[in-house]
Amino acid sequence: MDMAFIIETIVKIVVILLVFSALAGLGTYFERKVLAFMQRRLGPMHVGPFGLLQVAADGIKLFTKEDIIPQNVVKPIFKIAPVITAATAFMAAAAIPFWPQFTVFGYTVHPIVADVNIGILYVLGMMAIGLYGPLLGGMASANKFSLISAARSAAVFISYEVVSGLSLLAPLMMVGSLSLIDINNYQAGGIGNWIVWSQPVAFILFWIAAFAETGRTPFHLIANDHEIIDGFGTEYSGMRWGLFFIGEYANMFFISFVIAIIFLGGFGDGSIAGAFQLLLKVSFFFFFFLWTRAAWPDVRPDQLMWLCWKVLMPIAVINVVITGFVMMF
Amino acid sequence: MFEAVAFYLFATLTIIMFTITVMTSQALYALTAMAAGMIFISAFFFILGADFLGAIQIIVYTGAVMALYAFGMMFFDTTRTLVEKRSNPRLVVVLGGLAAVLVVLIVLAPIVTTNINAHYPIDPSVGNSQAIGMVLFTKYLVPFELAAVMLLVAMIAGIVLAGKKMDKSLTLMADEEIALMHASSTQNTEEGAH
Repeated sequence: MDMAFIIETIVKIVVILLVFSALAGLGTYFERKVLAFMQRRLGPMHVGPFGLLQVAADGIKLFTKEDIIPQNVVKPIFKIAPVITAATAFMAAAAIPFWPQFTVFGYTVHPIVADVNIGILYVLGMMAIGLYGPLLGGMASANKFSLISAARSAAVFISYEVVSGLSLLAPLMMVGSLSLIDINNYQAGGIGNWIVWSQPVAFILFWIAAFAETGRTPFHLIANDHEIIDGFGTEYSGMRWGLFFIGEYANMFFISFVIAIIFLGGFGDGSIAGAFQLLLKVSFFFFFFLWTRAAWPDVRPDQLMWLCWKVLMPIAVINVVITGFVMMF
Repeated sequence: MFEAVAFYLFATLTIIMFTITVMTSQALYALTAMAAGMIFISAFFFILGADFLGAIQIIVYTGAVMALYAFGMMFFDTTRTLVEKRSNPRLVVVLGGLAAVLVVLIVLAPIVTTNINAHYPIDPSVGNSQAIGMVLFTKYLVPFELAAVMLLVAMIAGIVLAGKKMDKSLTLMADEEIALMHASSTQNTEEGAH
């Protein structure tokens, strides 16, 4: 391992961290604007042009707020829980190819931190660990509502991991590789080769599971808005609460990348046009997260479990079986 | 050099984490430390080039098994320290020590006799997951299928044990129905006592 490789990797990690932390901040702005327009309001308006500096104002507020640690909490666990959420979200990014490889000043850059040949498995695993943020935060909080919310979020995460894993199995069987770059290259032939045409069921199932894994609105039970508290984050304040938020938004971006790469062709053949198409696809999926939040109410926890185990999981299994038969004969 | 640094770093971290798991009397520390230890173990798989097993280690142990422990712990007050009941500490020390010595012997024996040969060395021409698949579905097909059957048995048993009142949903019942159900069930137990 030479020095250039190490420096390159560190630069990539820093760039990804900075870009996606900033995007997570901007994501909150977009969310508020989109929700506002859909509800015929204006959204943030006063700080900066079109309220754009609202992000900075929120950041300053979060950073300078007093960091309160309540008396009866389990202190080390309480302190580390938000870090787990943010850290696992960014760790998942290590195996995601954000952009096709390009050449700057004669130096070829691969915009992926670690090109492991089990990329998608690693991403799913990291997102599975993300469960520990809400779970430990809620359990350490010494608060009944936090605990209930933590239990609920653990149930949702574990259940929908099954759906996302099973639904991905069918496209992975077709591609024959777990590497996200191989999956992308499989669809490099253009729009007709996208996996979404041959695996529409898996696409819809994974998309639904993505909402559960990021805890977005139809499945927003992890932060129970209807209890007028913030679920597992009730006892948190300042930047510790902000870290939960950054983790959630970074996760939304990363899962949008994963959906676009696996089902919608990713960056195609690696040309500049393909690269920008990938960004467009990711923006659409991010927008869809916000759109759903404006358009749909939350489902009840028992309906959520019913949907997962009695509807989505059987469909996913049948889909895998049918794919297997089609590939065999 | 990097491999050595990574190995010693993760080895120390793993040992520290599992020591915390065993030594602490605070259930939440034990849970967190064990989850962290499971993740640090996956680092050894990554160092050895077994990416697939590393990712599976994270998903299965940290994502699923530990999360189920966490579910169990929801029923305790995890913010209190636990008072353990130690009836026979000597026996525990002797048995624990014996088990530790045995594990060390088992691991040391092939190293001492310098008799380590990989039966199925890593084939660089095929990927990691393909290599595992080939070994699992040829040489170890029977144990693999047996494990699958055992898991199926455990799953069915779990559903049968847990699913006794699954046909009734408390959220869909009116309050009077729930009260009626409680009354009848207490009556039943009283009759059983008589």
